[in-house]
This record gives sequence, structure tokens and C-alpha cells, in this order.
Amino acid sequence: MRLLIHTTMLAAIGFASPALAETELSMWYHGAGSANAEEKLINQLVDEFNASQSDWKVVIETFPQLAYNDAVGAAALAGELPDILDVDGPVMPNWAWANYMQPLGIDEAKLEGYLPGPIGRWNGEVYSVGLWDAAVALTTRRSTLEKYDIRIPTLEEPWSLDEFNSALEKIKASGDFEFPLDLGMAWKGEWYPYAFSPLLQSFGGDIVDRSTYQSAEDVLNGDSALAFGEWWQGLFQNKLVPGTSQDGADRETGLLEGKYAMSWNGNWAALPVVEAFGDDALFLPAPDFGNGSTIGAASWQFGISGTSKHPEGARAFIEFALQDKWFAAFSDGTGLIPVTSTAAADTANYKPGGSLEVFYGLSENQALVRPVTPGYIVQAKVFEKALADIANGADVADTLDAAVDEINEDIENNKGYGH
Amino acid sequence: MASKLKQSNRAGWLMALPGAGLIGLFIIIPFVLAFAFSLTNQRLASPNPTEFIGLENYSELLGLAVFTLEPERDDAGNAVVEDGEIQYPRLRKFTRKNAEFPHLDGKREWFSWQSGENRTVVLASDVVFMKALMNTILFVIVVAPLQSAIALTLALLINQKLRGISLFRAIYFMPVVVSIVIVSILWKFIYSPGDGLLNNILSAFTFGAFEPHDWLGDTSTALGSIIAMSIWQGVGFHMVIWLSGLQTISPTLYEAAEIEGSKKWQTFRYVTWPGLRNTAVLILIVITMQAFALFAQIDVMTQGGPLDSTQVLVFQAVERGYGKQDISGGSTISVILFVIVLSISFVQRWLTRERK
Repeated sequence: MRLLIHTTMLAAIGFASPALAETELSMWYHGAGSANAEEKLINQLVDEFNASQSDWKVVIETFPQLAYNDAVGAAALAGELPDILDVDGPVMPNWAWANYMQPLGIDEAKLEGYLPGPIGRWNGEVYSVGLWDAAVALTTRRSTLEKYDIRIPTLEEPWSLDEFNSALEKIKASGDFEFPLDLGMAWKGEWYPYAFSPLLQSFGGDIVDRSTYQSAEDVLNGDSALAFGEWWQGLFQNKLVPGTSQDGADRETGLLEGKYAMSWNGNWAALPVVEAFGDDALFLPAPDFGNGSTIGAASWQFGISGTSKHPEGARAFIEFALQDKWFAAFSDGTGLIPVTSTAAADTANYKPGGSLEVFYGLSENQALVRPVTPGYIVQAKVFEKALADIANGADVADTLDAAVDEINEDIENNKGYGH
Repeated sequence: MASKLKQSNRAGWLMALPGAGLIGLFIIIPFVLAFAFSLTNQRLASPNPTEFIGLENYSELLGLAVFTLEPERDDAGNAVVEDGEIQYPRLRKFTRKNAEFPHLDGKREWFSWQSGENRTVVLASDVVFMKALMNTILFVIVVAPLQSAIALTLALLINQKLRGISLFRAIYFMPVVVSIVIVSILWKFIYSPGDGLLNNILSAFTFGAFEPHDWLGDTSTALGSIIAMSIWQGVGFHMVIWLSGLQTISPTLYEAAEIEGSKKWQTFRYVTWPGLRNTAVLILIVITMQAFALFAQIDVMTQGGPLDSTQVLVFQAVERGYGKQDISGGSTISVILFVIVLSISFVQRWLTRERK
């Protein structure tokens, strides 16, 4: 027995000795088994960082995205968080508030010229930075709009509510499509607040009052939110969009197969559309429902865990990653939007004249991050359920009231979420 | 003096330790914790200290109120009628920010009925929980008898000495071995609106007369669709238990019955059924408990929708505890579920007791 202990100790010392020169940093990443080059690129980033200096050695562990947040929660309870985390933008305030994360401590001058979405701020400090952003657009074909004599909107002059409604009605009346518009109701979860809360904001409402983050009263159930709710319900009642039971496969291929005339979809789904329709593909800004045209922002970002003993090492890694070279590489490998215009110029899809260039403009001009509050996790769920219920015919005012009550009660139970 | 009994006793405890320890660690301690959490405001992730809040979680889930709505009246005092329907003021006038009705604050309509001109409304603090409770009970009431009856029928059918009978056994048992998540995804395709398999089959059998139906997207068929697939998935397992019960019945009893000239139904009624007594008690309790634990199908297929028509208790417990980080709320639902299942098991034990 004693011999065993000695050997173990020796082994431990033996393994520890190279670490005197090189400290090991653990890192968790959500992209295990990703369909594109994401996982390969992140490993390449880690390898190049490790080779570039001799103080730190980053050891990466990747998780499937569906299990990632649960794994971080469990590790935090067990006190075993890694040094470097990646975090979904809207979730960051929750993790920062719960002390899963610490401020990045990065020089903000380095973040100049970045798109607004990839910089994660909470309580006046930067906690996370992303290497890319994502954007949503109304995807359709030029020939479709021309056929029904519908004006092609621009970033400066998007469709108004009336224009948008009459466009949908016109396409519906032609009977050429199963539905004029596909909102992606098949994609449950974060898609709902990410893709649909900007529509509510364009009507003049929001998920929660952003001036205090203490209440949703009159914001999620005020007059403009009620107007949004009635319009939203009308889309489903008038069979302009497929409902919550939409088939996932139809969501993926409906536009390409001609089932839908337009699709409210992200830049990550844009390349197949360009491949199928070529120059005929159109990516249009969200309609302006009265309060400006807006889309959601913020994707996955890097941050330092609250328990990291080597924040300076973690910071060095993140600063190493914040180079145009990596922004461009990830954009080319995954189709996501690079965070600086200089990096965009080096990418295949977002360079001037590139097939997805329009998304960079959308992100730059219209993007609004989701409510920056630790309560967002709950508010997103409440919002998702309210929108699904209204789509399925629930009373608009009662449903939004109930959502407000649940959000306010949750904020109260959490003592204001530290705002 | 250490007697032999005491020593053996120690060995006995030692041998029981692995099993008892695991049961304690993974069943008893979590349950005690759940009960403790249900009396606090414990969150999944929060820098705020946990506080004891007594039975507040329970009253927030179970709070009910009855309220009578009087119709809108015109100047003459008659009820306003539009399109043949009596018009009522909106409930939100009374339930939101109305100091005159503090007991209605934040409550929502659960269900209502008409009595004369007035409408009586039952309000609940947590309508979603109430719907989940009712759906779960409905699910159990339908599934427990139906699934055990179908399983018994299948067991009787395959308890014969025919060529290739083991093939049928394997086929009926197959859904049990497949993961419920996979089964749920497959059935989602089957129920798919428009051109799903079920819609296609029904329209082929009716020569196109059947209109495609949105099985999971319609509040009136969603829970029924899930009940049907759950029975299909679970029936094979209980068939095997019935089968084992059938095979413990001595063949001599059947022979005796045959000699006495017993008809098929009489044989079943007076030989088979009494012989299956203990199996029946077991199956009823097991199916009831499994039905109360309904979760995966809901999580994969409907997420409780549309309009809460498939909300169930375990799904709500998980949704609150993990989805909304409200561990105390999820724990409270678990404790309530435990109490319900325990009392039903006791009632079943009492109803199926050996009468002397």
C-alpha cells in the first residue's frame, strides 16, 4: 500500500514538473461534432497559441452544444469550472451574475471597430468577446418578388407593416406556394426570442423594460406589444405562415423546394440558398413595423471562468484569438459573420461583392442584443411559450399578461438580478 | 459477549451495504433534498443566499379562487348581448392591479361555466401546473387499464404452441428495446402534418376522403396521439410480465377444466384470471407509476404544447428546475407527484388486497 502511494506521488511530481515552465489552462468549447469546420478550426487556434509562447498550454475539451450549458452548470456547482469558457452571448450575464465568470480585463481599445454584437458587457465591464456574429434576414428570390410586383426593400427603406402584409396577402392569393412566409416555428428554444423579439421591438415593445430590467409591465403587455400579438396571431390564423407543428425538414428545405416564398432565416443557412438560386437569391432586412427595422445579435463568445487561478493566461489566449486572421478563418469555415470590416474583406463570402456581404451590413446597422440581464434565461423561455401559445390561438392580452406576471415574479424572486 | 447472532448481523448489514448505500445515495437523499428545497427559494445558479420560505412554493402552485363575473350591462341594466353571446368584462380588470380583489391578484382563468346570466370562473395561481396535473391524471386513467388489457390480450395470443410464435414475441417486444427518444422522433414523423405516414395511410384507406390532420398541432388530438404511441411502446414489456404469469399456471388446472367441459371464456374466468392475481396487481401498479413519470415523449414531440394540451407534471418539474433555474419550484412539483403516486399505490394495494 505504502509503495503504491509513493509511486503515485512520484508520478504526480513527474507529471507536474514540465508545468513549472508551462502552466496548463483548461478550456471548454460547445462545438463537438459540428457539421462544418468549426471544431477543426478551434483545435488549430489552440495549437497555434500553444506553439506561439511557452508560458501557457491550453487543453481543450469539446462538448455537444445541447449538453454544454448543463455541463457548465454542473461543473460550477462542483467547483470544477475550466479556466476558459465559451458562452452564448445572451446567457453571459447570467453566468457573470452567478460568478461562473470574471471580467475579461482586456484593454477595450483593442475592441475598436468590432461589430456591437460580439462584445459581451455586464455591469459596465466586458466579460466575453466573440470571433463572429450571426444575423437574420428575410430570404427570398428576386424573381418571386418581381412576379408579384412587390417592391424590393433596402436597408435604408425596408418594408413597412402595410407593405409587408400586402406582400404576404398577394403571394398567398396567387396560390403558388403552400405558405408565403416561413418563420421557422419548427426550431424551438432560443430561436424564438432571437428571431422574433426584434419583431416585437420593431412594434415598440420588448421582452423586459431595459431601462431598469426590473419589470416587463407595459413593455411586454403594453399597447404596442398587444398590436404585435394581434398581428402575430393573424399570421397563423390567415395561414400566411406554417404553425408550431411545422416539420423540421420543411424548415430546412421548404424555401429551396418552392413550398414557401420567403423564409426568416439566419446567415448560417444562406449558402445553400445562394448555391440553389445564384444571383436570384435575396437577403432582405426585417420590415419596419413603426419603431425601426431590427434583428438580434450576439453568438458564442469566449470568457474567463470565475474560479480560474490563471486569468492572465486565459486572457492571453483570448487576445491571441482576437485577430483578423482568425475572424476570417472561422467565417470561411463556418459561414458566420466576421466581427471587423478588415477581416470581412479577407473572407470569401463577406468581402465587398461577396454573396453574403449584405449580412455584414445587417449586423452593423440593425443588430440589437437580447436583454442584457441574468434573468434573460427565464425571460426567453416565457417569451417562447407566449409566442407559441398566441400562434396556437390563445387570447393575446391574457397570454402577454401571464408572461409579464411570470417574468416579474422571477425578477422579484431573484432580488432584482443584481441590477 | 458478542453472540453469533450479532456477528452474523454485522455481516448481513455489510452485504446489504452496496445496495442500501446506492438506494440511499440516489433515491432517499435526493428525495429528502427535494423536500427540503421545496420549502426554500433554492435556485440552480445564483449568488443570492438560499432562504427558507415555508409553504409558499406549494401555495403558489395549488392556489385556487372562484369568482363570479357579472355581464356588462347597458344603461337600462340589461345584459349586453353581441352575436348571441352575453358580454362580460375582461377578467384582467379584476386580476391585475385591482386593490378591491387582492385574493385574485396574478391568478388566471382555469375553466368556467355559465349559470344564468353570470359566468362562474375558477382561477388558479398556476394554470399551467393545474393543466399538467389534469393531463397527467387523464393519461394515467386511460393508459393504465388500456395498456394492461392490450398487453394481456397479446400475452394470451402468443402463449400458444404454434410454429414461429417466438417471431411474434420478438415483434411485440421490439418497441420496448428501442430508446423512447428514438421512438418519439419516429412517431413525430408518423404524426407529421400534411404528408406524414399516418395521414398518408388514412387517406389511402379512405380513397382520398380523409383530410390530412395536424395530429400533434391540434389541442384535441395531441394528448390522444401521445397516449396511443406510449401504449404501443410500453405494451410489449407488460405482455412479457403477463406471459410469465400465464406460464406459472399449472397445466393440470387447464386439463381439469377441459375434462369438466369448461368453455373458453369459463376457463379464462375461473382458471386463468385467478392465477394471474398477483401479476395483475404488479402490472397495475407498475403501469400507473410509469404513466405518472411521462416525460420523454412530451419533451421530444410537443414540449407541452399546443396551448398546454400536453403539459405533464414531470415535464413541468424539469422545465422549471433546469430550464428556468427554479430548483425549488421543480422540487415542489416532484414532492406533490410523489405524494400522489404514493397515495394511489396505497389505494391500489388496498383495493386489490387478499380478502379473507
